[in-house]
Order: sequence, then structure tokens, then C-alpha cells
Amino acid sequence: MRVLTGNDLKTGDVVWWTGETWSRHVDEAVDAGERAEEILAAEEAARRVNVPYVIEATREEDGSVRPAHIKDRIRALGPTVRPDLTLKPKDPEAIDWVI
Amino acid sequence: MDNPLGTSPDDVQFRFRDDEVADHGTVTVDACCEQTNATAVRIEPGDDARVLLPHLDRIALVEVNFPTFGDGRGYSAARILREEGYTGELRAVGDVGIDQLSHMRRCGFDAFAPDTPLDEEDAKRAFATWENVYQHAVDTRGGARRTIPELRHE
Amino acid sequence: MYKYDNYDQQMVDARVEEFRDQARRRLEGKLTEDQFKPLRLMNGLYLQLHAYMLRVAIPYGTLNSEQMIALGDIADKYDRGYGHFTTRQNLQYNWIKLEDAADILADLAKVEMHAIQTSGNCIRNISSDHFAGAAHDELVDPRPYAELLRQWSSFHPEFTYLPRKFKIAVIAAEKDRAAMRLHDIGIQIVKNDAKDGGSEIGARFFVGGGMGRTPMVAPMIRDFVPLDQLITYAEACLRVYNRYGRRDNKYKARIKILVHELGKDEYTRQVEEEFAHLLKQGVEPPREELERIKPYFSDPAFEDGPKSVDRSDPDFAVWVDRNTHRHKHDSYVSAVISLKPVGGIPGDATGEQMRLMARLAKQYSFDELRIMHTQNVVLPHVKIGDLHALWTELEAAGLGSPNMDTIEDMIACPGLDYCSLANARSIPLAQRISERFDASGKTSKLGELKLKISGCINACGHHHAGHIGILGVDRKGVENYQLSLGGSEAEDVSLAKITGPGFTEDGVIEAVDTVTNVYLANKQGEERFLDTYRRIGMEPFKEALYG
Repeated sequence: MRVLTGNDLKTGDVVWWTGETWSRHVDEAVDAGERAEEILAAEEAARRVNVPYVIEATREEDGSVRPAHIKDRIRALGPTVRPDLTLKPKDPEAIDWVI
Repeated sequence: MDNPLGTSPDDVQFRFRDDEVADHGTVTVDACCEQTNATAVRIEPGDDARVLLPHLDRIALVEVNFPTFGDGRGYSAARILREEGYTGELRAVGDVGIDQLSHMRRCGFDAFAPDTPLDEEDAKRAFATWENVYQHAVDTRGGARRTIPELRHE
Repeated sequence: MYKYDNYDQQMVDARVEEFRDQARRRLEGKLTEDQFKPLRLMNGLYLQLHAYMLRVAIPYGTLNSEQMIALGDIADKYDRGYGHFTTRQNLQYNWIKLEDAADILADLAKVEMHAIQTSGNCIRNISSDHFAGAAHDELVDPRPYAELLRQWSSFHPEFTYLPRKFKIAVIAAEKDRAAMRLHDIGIQIVKNDAKDGGSEIGARFFVGGGMGRTPMVAPMIRDFVPLDQLITYAEACLRVYNRYGRRDNKYKARIKILVHELGKDEYTRQVEEEFAHLLKQGVEPPREELERIKPYFSDPAFEDGPKSVDRSDPDFAVWVDRNTHRHKHDSYVSAVISLKPVGGIPGDATGEQMRLMARLAKQYSFDELRIMHTQNVVLPHVKIGDLHALWTELEAAGLGSPNMDTIEDMIACPGLDYCSLANARSIPLAQRISERFDASGKTSKLGELKLKISGCINACGHHHAGHIGILGVDRKGVENYQLSLGGSEAEDVSLAKITGPGFTEDGVIEAVDTVTNVYLANKQGEERFLDTYRRIGMEPFKEALYG
């Protein structure tokens, strides 16, 4: 699937396109399909996202979304060397998902 | 640039000179060196401003083009021309934004023709950015303005 | 150390307001990201993997305890309680909000600090010897010259849109502790025989060094520039670069490529020509300015005291041997506070640790601290008689690792855990290597061994200059690591050579262990790893790695 991501203009938070808005949780990302570029342009112009781009990802059986590239998986979770600062600080296996 | 011959007086949004605006199309640096009657020239980023030195007496307008604001060669071109005694109009044209104005002014530009007209209030603030300056540039030549190190030892 | 006067303060305050206005225009949509990016970068604000990152300048690596406290407070107030000291003696915050950035800059300005020109294609923060003003072997304190250059390069109107970033280092000792010849301009303050039979201080210029994807050692282009022409000469070097540095290819835009393509002699000729022209323009600051700056760096009131320590506590003795550096006053040393605890993140310090280091500086080091390019902190002037008390406090705070210049004192860039340019993670390697070597007890046997890890070809982790260097690359979406040997950033500067095919994360850690075994097996006398490598060459290492 084609997933849209970028950073929030004000906070810099990593965000993912849910079909209606931007979420910090990659699992809420949807397939933007052929409309990806069009959505990006409109959302960036409206300053609802900063420096957005399209990535490849897969929807897993449990419904979660897994970006194809390790860089975007690190963006989705947080720094692997600071589990306490990731989005899943209490999940010791979260880092394995990245790698 | 729609007009390959350069900007017209109407394109000049800010000007810090009292003389009349030169109203003739600019020619390339090469052409200017060959045509003994050319009085207006346009410097592109890759041009060597120093080849104009023998012709400065007859030149009334130098346009320095900034195709993108991130290409800073025009700042050196402007400063070199002023250091060599050029006193005619020095016009910054092209991708000239609010945040370049104060540095351009310090390097000797005294006219500005941005591709996209700038907010007048923002520009006014930008031209007044530096109450004082650390280093020499065109604005400090001949003691016209004292640098901070000089002010400290007056 | 240097104190701002009203002019300096005014410049920094003006910049804060200018940036506040730029950020407002961005948030209001008057500036696009393309237009805003170079402006925020010139104020040290990046957009990284997880958030905005703010890089704060620590000019020539010197700061006082009030400034260190402010850095710690900012970490707690605006970030997530920590900061990261970098290989260019700066500090980076990883979790900054754009809407807070101007307020942070204002907080910094209150303690005479800023983030000006810590990024962008301009002249960056000037770096220097971290033992400046304290080392026993320096000619003079290089920092007054660095400060003169700092002021000259701040908001330079001609050199704000250079082909690429520009880094200057200034040293004044034969020993190079600042990787001087791996800078765009490296300046060594030297003494010359003057005509009247006396001697004169001047500057030796090295131009066109750097790391990145095309590492080069800067050649010397002038062996002596008189001090009253220092700025003019630097201006000439920069002008030739601004006019003729390549702008067609970002990867060939650094001055090292220009110097390389023109040849050192032709570049020098052009600089000399421009210099002759600029000398007539009167661009040099008045000589009195250097004399005004110098007293700010004069010696504090050193007192005689004990010249040796009680070595009965072996842990303390090891720390003294490893982490102190000889001072010009025989009752003092410079003490290195390691930010490389075993298994820790190189260069990271919490807000609390920053405030502690500030207090220790006030108590034991005339209120002064330094940041090293190796991502540690120095208390430059510590009485030998105070060392035990200092060490006891450092130990209690987890800052007492006795590992300076050992394999555990590695440099590591933030890597793919934080950096949007990175291809692979650096920090996990650093953590695992320090754990492994600490556990095996091999670290002390290896002695001085400089390990440097970069997560991409930009080489922020200085891997080209490592006795052992590691470069992380992306191999079809999987992290892969290249090993290189034989680099040095010191006065015996050299560039490391790649051993051969790359390794996985586990594999490269094994490989580091393997090459250290080759060293131990071949070491003669007091040879360091680097010396043995230079004597026996790459082959025995290759054989052991790939054989």
C-alpha cells in the first residue's frame, strides 16, 4: 500500500495520513493509492503537514501497518536506543519490529 | 525572466538612489565588452565581474541575476564592482526574497527587482535588520559606517 | 572567557527577533518550506526523523557554568530532558517544536549563546583545541583568534550563500586536538622569526580538508599570515571559494573539491591575488580589537598546591592516568568528564548531568567548561589537590568512566536512530562494543585506540579519521557496516582505508574484535594500534578478517 507521512509543521511530530487527517500512529495509516500526490500537495499547501512524502508499506494480518524501509519504521516508533521515548515505551518487543 | 533583455524600471520595487532610473535593456557581459556603446549589463552567476572593470566608466546599470536565492555568487560580484569604484545602479534581480535584502544592501546593491513583489512592511523591516555590523562590506567603505570593532575603539 | 558587550548582545537579540518573525511568516504560510528551510537552518533548526532538531553553537567549545545550566534547563523545559554533544563542539536537542524555537533562542541569548550559523551553507561555528589556554604545549591561547573569526564570520553579508557549508578550526600547538587539517580552513597559530631578530606570531593556513564522501587532508597554502592581516586573508580564501566553488553538484561543492580540481598552487595563486586586492580595501578589523579580546582569555589566578595525587585507590589512579591532561601550571590538570559510560549513548547528557557539571566547573575549574570534538566535557583548570573530590562526585553521577582515548571512548554520530540523512544506526554499535570490551577487560590492554562510527557517508562520526572506522550503509534496506583502518585526525593526520566487503551489525562487532587481536599479536614495544597498522600494513588485518 502507498502510505503518506510527514511531520507536523508546528510540533515536528511524525504523522501518517488516515484518509481524513494526520495521526501519530502508523497503524491508522490508509492506502492513498493513486491520489497520494494530490493529497500531499493539498495538505502541504494547507500547512496541515510539513515535508510529506509517499512510502511503501504493508498491512499485516493483525491490521497493523509496516513501512517497507527501516527508516520509516524508526520514524513510526521512535529511537531504538531510547525505548522510553518511543510510542511504545512499555513494549520490549517494539524494537524488534523495527529491525 | 520573461524579458531576456532584463528588467524594466517598472520592475524595480526598491531603489536607494536619487538619479533617474536607467531605461535601457541590459546586455550580457560578453556583449557589453564588445559593444563600446552599451551602458547596461546583466551579470549571471557564472560571469566574472572583473572583466567589466575596463568599461565601468560608461556603464550606468548593472543587473546581477539571482536565478535561485541560494546561489550567492552575485554578492561577490556586487562587492567587487563597488570595491573597484563602480558608482552606477546595482540592481539585484531574480529570486530575491525578504531575507536576502539586508545582506544584498550591505554588498552594494541599491536597487531591487524581485521576480515576486515583496511585502512592503516585511521589506522595510528587513532593510533595517542590522543596527550595527561586525565586518566590513560596501556599506562601511570610506568610513560611511563604522563596524562594531571600530566603534569599540573610537 | 569572552563576555558579550552591548554590541554582541544586540546582534544576538536582533537575530532572535528576526527568526521569530521568520517562524511567524512560516506558520502563517507567507513562507513555503523551501523558502523557510535555509532560514531555519541558519539558526540551527533542522527537521530530523522524529521532530525538529536544534543545534546550539558553543564557540570554540568554551562555556561557563551559567551557560551549561541554561543548556540543562532548556533540555528539561523544551526537550525530553537531555541533549547530545557533537563532534563539532556543539549541543543538539532532538525533540524541539517549531513554535518553541524562538523562545529557546531567546533563553540562549540571555546567557550569551545562540544557534546562529550552526547549519546552512555559511561559515559554521569556529572550533578549537579543547585544552586551549590550559595545555602545557601551546604557543598561545588560540581562542582570541577564534573569537575574532567568530565575529567576522557572523552574518557575513557576502558569505551567507556559499556553495556549501564551511568549517574553520584554530589551534596553537603542534599537537592537533581539533582535527584542524580536516576542516575547510585549518589555522595554526605559529611563531616566526621576525626581521628585527625577535619573533612574531602569525597564522599558518591549511585549506581544503574535510571528511564526508570525499575525504581530504588540507594542504598548507600559506606558512605565515601576519596577525594584522588574518581576517583579510580568510576573506580572500572565502571569496575565491564563493566565486568558483562548484554549484552544479552538491557533492562536489565543498572547498576541498575546488582546491583539488584547481590544484593547491592555482588556488593559492588566486587567493594571493584576491588578498592583494583586499589589502587595499581596508577590511581588517583594527588591531586594538584583538588586544581587547585577549584579556578575556587570560589565566585565572592559579595557586601553587600539591603536584601529585594519592594513588592508593586504584580506581581513582586509573582515572587520573586516563582522563587528565597535563596543564601549563604544574599544580593543575585538565580533567576529562567522560560522556561514554559503558553501554551508554556517546555524547548524551541529561539536564541534571549538565547542571552537575556546571556546579563542578564552578567549584573546581574557575567556572569554565569545554566541549571536546570527541563528545566529552573538560574541566580545564583543576587543582591536582582537588582531583579526588572531583572524581568522587563524577563517579557518583555516572560520569567517571576512565576511558579517554580508549576504544570505549568512541565517537558515534546520532545515526539512523535520529538523523534523516543516516543509512544505518551508529549508537547501538557503540553501545555493544563498549559493553563487550569492558566485559572482556581488553580495553586497557589496547591503550589508545580511536574508534569512530558514522551512520552515513557524510562522516559526522569522523570514521575516515578513526584508527578503526565504521561506516554504516544501506544494503537493500538492511543495515550494513564497512570497516576501515589507519585514520588519524591528529598531527599525524591520515585517512583510513576500507578493509574489504562490509559486515552485518553482529559481524562488524566481531570484526573490530578481530583487528584488535591482530594488533595485540603484532604489537612491538609501546606501539599504539595505529603505529602497528602503519608498520605492518593492511594485509595481516585483511587476512584475519576475510582469510
